[in-house]
Amino acid sequence: MLLRLVRRHLRPLLGLLVALVAAQLASVVCQLYLPGLNADILDKGVARGDTSYIWHLGGWMLLVTIVQVGAAVTSAFFGSMIAMSFGRDVRGAVFAQVSRFSAREVNQFGAPTLITRNTNDVQQVQLVVLMGCTLMVSAPIMMVGGIFMALREDAPLAPLMVVAMLVLGVAVGLIVRRMIPGFRLMQKRVDAVNRVMREHLSGVRVIRAFVREPYERQRFAAANDDLTQASIKVGRLMSALFPTVFLVMNVSTVGVWWFGGHQIESGSIQIGSLTAYMTYLIQILMSVMMATFMVMMVPRAAVASERIEEVLQTEPSVRPPETVVNPDQVRGVVRFDDVAMQYPGADKPVLQGVDLVAHPGETVAVIGSTGSGKSTLISLVARLFDATHGTVSIDGVDVRDMDPDLLWGHLGIVPQRPYLFSGTVASNLRYGNPDATDEQLWDALAISQGTDFVAALDGGLQAPVNQGGTNLSGGQRQRVCIARALVAQPRIYLFDDAFSALDLATDRRLRTALEPHVRDATVFIVAQRISTIAGADQIVVLDAGEVVGIGTHEELAETCPTYQEIVESQRADAGQAA
Amino acid sequence: MMGVGAGEKTQDFSGSGRRLLGLLRPQRRSMSVVLVLTVCTVFLSVIGPRILGQAVDAINSGAIAHRLPAGSSKAAVVAGLRARGQTTYADMIQRLDLIPGVGIDFGHVLRILLVVLGCYLVSAGTQLIQARLLNRVIQVTMNRLRSDVEDKVGRVPLHYLDGQPRGELLSRVTNDIDNIGQSMQQSLSQLLVNGLTVIGVIVMMLTISWWLTLIAMIAIPLVLLVTRQVMKRSQRFFVAQWRNTGELNGQIEETYSGHELVKVFGRTPQVRERFEEKNAELMRVSQRAQFVSSLVMPIMMFVGNLQYVVVCVLGGLRVASGTMTLGEVTAFVQYTRQFTQPLTQLASMVNLMQSGVASAERVFEVLDAPEETDDGSVALGITQGRVEFEDMSFGYEPARPLIEHLSLRVEPGSTVAIVGPTGAGKTTLVNLVMRFYELTSGRILLDGADIATVPRAELRSRIGMVLQDTWLFHGTIWENIAYGRLGATDEQILAAAQATFVDRFARALPDGYDTVIDEEASNLSSGERQLITIARAFLADPALLILDEATSSVDTRTEVLLQQAMAALRSDRTSFVIAHRLSTIRDADTILVMEHGSIVEQGSHDELMQARGAYYRLYMSQFEGAAVEQEGQPAGV
Repeated sequence: MLLRLVRRHLRPLLGLLVALVAAQLASVVCQLYLPGLNADILDKGVARGDTSYIWHLGGWMLLVTIVQVGAAVTSAFFGSMIAMSFGRDVRGAVFAQVSRFSAREVNQFGAPTLITRNTNDVQQVQLVVLMGCTLMVSAPIMMVGGIFMALREDAPLAPLMVVAMLVLGVAVGLIVRRMIPGFRLMQKRVDAVNRVMREHLSGVRVIRAFVREPYERQRFAAANDDLTQASIKVGRLMSALFPTVFLVMNVSTVGVWWFGGHQIESGSIQIGSLTAYMTYLIQILMSVMMATFMVMMVPRAAVASERIEEVLQTEPSVRPPETVVNPDQVRGVVRFDDVAMQYPGADKPVLQGVDLVAHPGETVAVIGSTGSGKSTLISLVARLFDATHGTVSIDGVDVRDMDPDLLWGHLGIVPQRPYLFSGTVASNLRYGNPDATDEQLWDALAISQGTDFVAALDGGLQAPVNQGGTNLSGGQRQRVCIARALVAQPRIYLFDDAFSALDLATDRRLRTALEPHVRDATVFIVAQRISTIAGADQIVVLDAGEVVGIGTHEELAETCPTYQEIVESQRADAGQAA
Repeated sequence: MMGVGAGEKTQDFSGSGRRLLGLLRPQRRSMSVVLVLTVCTVFLSVIGPRILGQAVDAINSGAIAHRLPAGSSKAAVVAGLRARGQTTYADMIQRLDLIPGVGIDFGHVLRILLVVLGCYLVSAGTQLIQARLLNRVIQVTMNRLRSDVEDKVGRVPLHYLDGQPRGELLSRVTNDIDNIGQSMQQSLSQLLVNGLTVIGVIVMMLTISWWLTLIAMIAIPLVLLVTRQVMKRSQRFFVAQWRNTGELNGQIEETYSGHELVKVFGRTPQVRERFEEKNAELMRVSQRAQFVSSLVMPIMMFVGNLQYVVVCVLGGLRVASGTMTLGEVTAFVQYTRQFTQPLTQLASMVNLMQSGVASAERVFEVLDAPEETDDGSVALGITQGRVEFEDMSFGYEPARPLIEHLSLRVEPGSTVAIVGPTGAGKTTLVNLVMRFYELTSGRILLDGADIATVPRAELRSRIGMVLQDTWLFHGTIWENIAYGRLGATDEQILAAAQATFVDRFARALPDGYDTVIDEEASNLSSGERQLITIARAFLADPALLILDEATSSVDTRTEVLLQQAMAALRSDRTSFVIAHRLSTIRDADTILVMEHGSIVEQGSHDELMQARGAYYRLYMSQFEGAAVEQEGQPAGV
């Protein structure tokens, strides 16, 4: 998964990649060349006291250093370019993909995880790419080059090098391998601490009301201690890492001098080459260590890339049509023809057998208990989902054949959860109609019973709105959402339980004001209260995804048992009241 | 890599830094051991190359001696060389401890190497123990810091928590404390090791040649200067990177949360465009941050190599003149290698420490938040449940009073319903009874005792509460009911579940009462969740009951059950009921109609209906829709 994701998104960056490898190569060659120079300086310069030779070679060495620094800087540049461009592209790809998703895919994943996948997960993979660009490319070059150079200095010492590499690789690998599950456990424990804390914060009133602070403290202490234990365990392994690495390096140094000493005596090697050899050895061991560290980061990134790929590989269930068929003129005749909708893998459809026609000027109300498929029904009009059976058509054209932009341009939706975007009241109201005048905004607010509170806000229409509209109350948010749909002046209105946060008096005033405004439009209303929908032209009664009655309030009150039941439960109050 | 919130400016670096170190005080014994071990480790690893240098010398002189004619004395050889004009070579041999013709004394070399090996082994051991100990110290300290914050959350007034975004506080407990731990662990051991190494290396260099040491030290200001300069520049980009990341996250979050709206209102192109813009900007600044910060290493390498050449040239002159041995120069060269690296690390540590201290400041901010005022000490008697409000006023901010001069007397066992539009102060009123907030003036009495003089825990243990927001924790249904009363017996829990209809649906679940309520509690309907919270309050068996909008998010069928459950709960208790649906509170003993923080009407349902005031209007507006059939006046769109 990781490899596939990385490979696909690095392909457009091939030019940069080639430049990176070239720069790394130059840098490594210089790095490998330097110890040889150092050795010569010691052997032929210092040992013989030949200062002019030292000066000469020293100048050369500085020159090589400059080239090496230049190459390192260049490769750092390309490396950061590649990693960050990669991050940008993957983020962009995920974002574009989610933009294509329908409500079904978004609900399937859940918005919070999609956000994490688009941000944190991409960052994880980006980090590995960055590390890869700086270490993974250079480590193997360094290893191969180092071995080559070291062997050129002295072949008989080769077994020592191989042993050192093996010991280091195995030791670090063993430690790292035990660290990975440790990290995973630690992450789990962090989540647990988080959860207990979040519960404490969100339930602080209940906890204080039941005087259970001591119990919460206990719960937290348990999670906290678990975390500390896991951290100490991982820390213990981590503590072993560096002493091990240094020990292997230092012992090899001692070994080099011991075995090298014998060769010096026999004259087959000089002191300086031995020093150079040692430098190579250290460089090689360093790259072995780095390579092993890299391995440590891979599992986390692999999980992250799996989660990213999952998003990228999910086909949107609602796709734009291949050949667009648009109605000649959108009037707003909405027809459901034996419509059913079933989630893949679900054993029961959420909605089935819906036959229904709504004409402009008509109001269709949908009522039923929680989970009966009310919201699904109106979501089908907006193509937030696609029907799995039958067709939903507008003015005789299947919504699936219409240009989505045209379709949506004629819809005004007020969602169940009143959501506002960060900005101002005005920017939210203009969301569906950027050219609306202030006057139009105020008109819409007057209908949605929002004039008073918006006028009272500091800044009026220009008053700031937080993301989600959290600085407004639920009822205020709902009124802005309704006004937002009105400003767009659509042909078809979809109110998804849009009046629930309003108190009943406001609800009533709003509906009275709305009536003349939507006279020519087709209106769908999902509601819980009988009072909200009793005047509708058609009422659709749903029970567990099935239409159990369609008709006016009077008809249904006569014939439909489910409807009677709902009326009964709500009228019990009214009956007593009268 | 940068930690969380890296690059943030600290407000008071030295003050907060000292306070952070102060957290280690309880562990000072362990810390002194860490210090001693660090000194040992550094000493051994610094002295290693020096001893190794002796082995090099032994090998070198042996190798040279091997090539000299055997039998002649060293003096003779030197004299011979001088005679041939090879003065530099002669000087060198003069300095060496050798016997011409005799090769390398491997016994001697072996002894030296064994000593070196011993040094390295012991140093690895001390390093290991030091790192383990430090790790434990830090983890224990972080554990305490986390529980300090948790304790603090239990002690701050509610309005403090209301004013804090939840995610922010959470991130302080986890991300920030994690960051403190990491930066402390790294910076503490690095500061110790690198600081001591630099000192140790300088000392060792001095023992070889003070003159060369002086030259080598030129690198110090150079290293510091370069590192500071690079850091300063990269810091700017890192700040921009974190800011842009935050902004981009915000954009993504907003778009995904309003996914359907963005689509249906045809905003996808604009949103995409805005995203691409920010995304490209983020790429640009993070690339720069990364690039600039990665400049340190190559530049340091250059400085190191420069130093190397200079030392080699000067060392070469010394060897040539016989004032230093080759082994000494080799050792010295190795020391210069050991010298720049810790110096660079010390310089770059500044960033890490800044990030850690910035996190610490955010945690300290929480720990320093003002706490709830002193608890009272008056014990409540056996509670009957009489509640009196005496000329009580309250406002979250003193300048903006919410409730003014409210007086009211509630008899034991009666049900008081509170109705009124949103923002009238209904919830505030009952929160004041719970003493979640402190009054601005006036008193609230429970059975004659001013609740401000009663310990909060004692007061609250007499009150049960059911809220619209059904808070359940991650645990089984059984555990969540048992939460109502510490030490409740199984029979009591079961009885509570039965009385509140939890028993009915719990038994139908595959795992029954052991069903774990998951994070979003998606496995239970909102009505079922609410029934559990009612069972919890039932089990607590309080004298006083508060029901705040307990039925509003439930569909009509479940509501019937809820009403029955709450009726069971209310019997024989003083209850405050807040409700949107007036039908649910018709039989209350007293109905209070609140508007703008004061009670505008008060009386029983029948009295208030006859008065034809605010309550009547509210009531009629609610029921005319449902009563439509009888009046023959269809309402609605």
